[in-house]
Amino acid sequence: MEGFLLQVFAGLANGIIYGSVALALVMIFQATHHINFAQGEMATFSTFVAWWLMQQGWPYWGAFFFTVAVSFAGGLLVQRIILRPIEKAPVLTNVLVFIGLLLIFNALSGWLFDFTVKAFDSPFAKDSFLETKYFSAHQVGSAGVLVVMLLLLFAFFRFTPIGLAMRAAAQNPDSARLVGIRVSWMLGLGWGLAAAIGAVAGMMVAPVVFLDPNMMGGILLYGFAAALLGGVDNPVGAVIGGFIVGVLENLLGAYVIGTELKLTVALVLIVATLTLKPAGLFGKKVVVRV
Amino acid sequence: MNGAADRKWVWIGAVALAAALLVLPFLVKNYRVFQFNLVLVYAVAILGLNILTGFNGQFSLGHGAFYAFGAYAAAILMSLYGVPYWLTLPGAFAFCFVFGFLVGFPALRLAGHFLALATFALAMAVPQLLKYKRLEGLTGGVQGIVLNKPEPPFEFALFGQPLSSDRWLYFFTLFVTALMFLLAWNLLRGRVGRALIAIRDHPIAATAMGINLPMFKSLTFGVSAGFTGLAGALGAIVVAFVSPDSFTFSLSIFLLVGVVVGGLASIPGAIFGALFIQFVPNLADEISKAAPSAIYGAMLILLMYLLPNGVMGGLRGLWARLRPKTAD
Amino acid sequence: MKLTHILAAAGIAAAAFSTPALAQKKYDPGASDKEILIGGIHPYSGPASAYGTIGKAIGAYFNKVNDDGGINGRKLKWIDLDDAYNPAKTVEMARRLVEQDEALIVFNPLGTASNTAIQKYMNQKKVPQLFVATGASKWGDPKNFPWTMGWQPTYSAEGRIYAQHILETKPNAKIGVLMQNDDYGKDYYHGFLEGLGDKAKSMIVSHVTYEVTDATIDSQIVSLKASGADVFFNITTPKFAAQAIKKVAELGWKPVHYLNNVSASVGSVLVPAGLDNATGVITTQYLKDPTDPQWANDKGFKDWLEWMKKYNASADLKDANYVYGYNVAQGLMQVLKQAGDNLTRENVMKQAASLDMTLPMLLPGVNVKTAADDYYPIEREQLARFDGKTWVLFGKVYGR
Repeated sequence: MEGFLLQVFAGLANGIIYGSVALALVMIFQATHHINFAQGEMATFSTFVAWWLMQQGWPYWGAFFFTVAVSFAGGLLVQRIILRPIEKAPVLTNVLVFIGLLLIFNALSGWLFDFTVKAFDSPFAKDSFLETKYFSAHQVGSAGVLVVMLLLLFAFFRFTPIGLAMRAAAQNPDSARLVGIRVSWMLGLGWGLAAAIGAVAGMMVAPVVFLDPNMMGGILLYGFAAALLGGVDNPVGAVIGGFIVGVLENLLGAYVIGTELKLTVALVLIVATLTLKPAGLFGKKVVVRV
Repeated sequence: MNGAADRKWVWIGAVALAAALLVLPFLVKNYRVFQFNLVLVYAVAILGLNILTGFNGQFSLGHGAFYAFGAYAAAILMSLYGVPYWLTLPGAFAFCFVFGFLVGFPALRLAGHFLALATFALAMAVPQLLKYKRLEGLTGGVQGIVLNKPEPPFEFALFGQPLSSDRWLYFFTLFVTALMFLLAWNLLRGRVGRALIAIRDHPIAATAMGINLPMFKSLTFGVSAGFTGLAGALGAIVVAFVSPDSFTFSLSIFLLVGVVVGGLASIPGAIFGALFIQFVPNLADEISKAAPSAIYGAMLILLMYLLPNGVMGGLRGLWARLRPKTAD
Repeated sequence: MKLTHILAAAGIAAAAFSTPALAQKKYDPGASDKEILIGGIHPYSGPASAYGTIGKAIGAYFNKVNDDGGINGRKLKWIDLDDAYNPAKTVEMARRLVEQDEALIVFNPLGTASNTAIQKYMNQKKVPQLFVATGASKWGDPKNFPWTMGWQPTYSAEGRIYAQHILETKPNAKIGVLMQNDDYGKDYYHGFLEGLGDKAKSMIVSHVTYEVTDATIDSQIVSLKASGADVFFNITTPKFAAQAIKKVAELGWKPVHYLNNVSASVGSVLVPAGLDNATGVITTQYLKDPTDPQWANDKGFKDWLEWMKKYNASADLKDANYVYGYNVAQGLMQVLKQAGDNLTRENVMKQAASLDMTLPMLLPGVNVKTAADDYYPIEREQLARFDGKTWVLFGKVYGR
């Protein structure tokens, strides 16, 4: 029984990781209706920036907030400078630019910070009051951070005028322009926020998985799956999706199919779920008017 | 009058191109011929993906999986059952067609990003499946399968260069590629092609007009998978080696890059796409050893700025501008 | 004396004196009076791009050799191509090096699949595929592939050493294995199974795997602990090794922990994992770990450090790839030196198969030895246990 519980808890801990990345993907999707494939690499790069600052002697929280701010600015700039010229281009053209950004950020991380594995500090010390029997202080702490981000995001989209404007700009850019929303800037804002969330996700993930340029490679797929499973327009759904994916994967590997095929089986199950519920478990069903 | 003159020039151009293609392998080293063979293989693979994504609007991030299945089908047939190399091609096509059709069915319920995820999941799962120990007897496991390169069936020489294995494979691949392109062109220019585009752009109107959407979409998946699978088999013959590491999800990404760079819904675009994914990584490596993928990524982005509709999109635009305006 | 005798004696004398003059220079493509062109293939992009550093290190060492005057008066030129760890690309690059660039040899191509893809071609073309960068055991087969030679101690030999040690020290052990699911992992595991022999089935109570795309291996460690294993064979690459060591400690599991040499660097694996967590871990070593304080005053280490500071100024001193590259480049230098003015591919292979030397960054007791029927240059290694600060060697030196 203890083993089973440990697997579930380990899965939940992984779920925090996947959920954080899924949140960033949902953010970008809500703002631009695109899935940003470069999200993982941008998050890794932000984490490296934070790591570098701490190597120079900055205290943790100073580096943390500075990195979040820099990532926000970076995301905004990427949208303004690199993505704006192709805003009107077909979807796949945008996808290719995302792929290009993925390659560039990944290569930059490797070139500037090399490939050796690096430890990343956690702000939640091992002997703090957060430590419990089954969850480390860091896991509890990063779950807390995730919940806070989720609530902030939820409130932002639901209750603030800018959040509303952003959703409008993504859903119907032409109508939004007609009511005076500056659609282009909404897209930029969306990218900035997504980059900031990604940076937080990276900094929460790195203490567990260790920092190296390929840190987010596999995690992005799971984050993607989690976001879609939970409903790509629903931040809460995305986080729950993350937990489901994490626990599912662990239980499959430990008790059902063995570790050699657990990735395959997990993905098959996710895809099967999507065919039964095409909008995701918690997504809104899209009705198209003829 | 202009029409007849135009057609004459097109014919002359076509004959000259054909002659050039036939003589080309004897003018360059074997290594270059090997690269050209790869370009032809990728062109067929990209053409397959284009049928699905370009013409039919179904987003696939996992075509590397079909390429891998075709390659392994050919490799297993050749190494375990002694099937001659040219006979493995229809086998690979059939196998991947069926598999693609089966994947196409559940894919009907998924659209856009969801389909992308499902196909991406397929691409991620394939290396794991190929390494699975219960299948090792068939697939060679992580070690892969080493194949023998086909020998030319007769002696020949031109400009002092003999008909080597690579050159023979060039003609074989050229023939197969031309055949596949012809097949695709035939398929897509008539009712079928129009139906595919109708399904892509106005699915509800298409259904209203009587097109059997589920059947068409699944068949398209099958045909697309068949094309890419056949390319995979060709690739296995040309490279003479298959292993799980040859078919990571990077391959799927590269095929998609090839489709978009060449031009969506364009048959000749596949050639440009293939040239891009074969040669630009080498170019990036020449430019910078420190971070070749960054250079590649930058070139991708630059190309999308200059030619957002791919090379063929750009050429079409150019042609439209240069062409003499017709009189009212 | 008879005239014929005199003439005969004169003839012999003339022949004896003229032989040195007949020792002319012999060159194959890539070699000349001024230069030797060495080709290489390493992954500079793609999933294994971390190992591109080996190619960089080799290039930096060639720079040093050239600054010191070259080999027998010839400068070295290094053309290292990127294959993105994709065997199809490796084939293309190997063909380019042989047919277009016309390099003398292809040196230290990296990856088991990559090398398998080009092995037949290299042997057909009779171009040396020298000192390949993989620990697979299949590269020491001079009868079938006389132009291919490995370099480092094989993964399966290392697995066998651990198995032997377990049989000697803990014959009733319950073993749990964590394995990366690819050729490198499987090679270690097969050697381990071979070493355990008949007892393998009864001793191994749990065997779990992971993919490099997995985020964490926490689930696998939990499974291993739950299986009741009291010996842990850890076949992981650096990032996952660090995770494993940390998780094992977090769970309060205290098995006898064998860690593969690939991830045994103090600075880049044990420090991030936590030096306290890593205390007691056992591995085998054949190279000096530059982050290990016990070599701080060793001449070999100091020379390496000087080379790093001068030729790799911005590099991370904890990156073990720089030691690997340095070491294998020195191996090539010896081969080329021995070849002298006879720089044909055949002679290069011949000299590579007649090595008997030590190198400064190899552990004391480990040598480089080859023969016409022995294509495994480095076979010796020794067990070491981590004491919280450094690797302490113990036991005998294994290998021929």
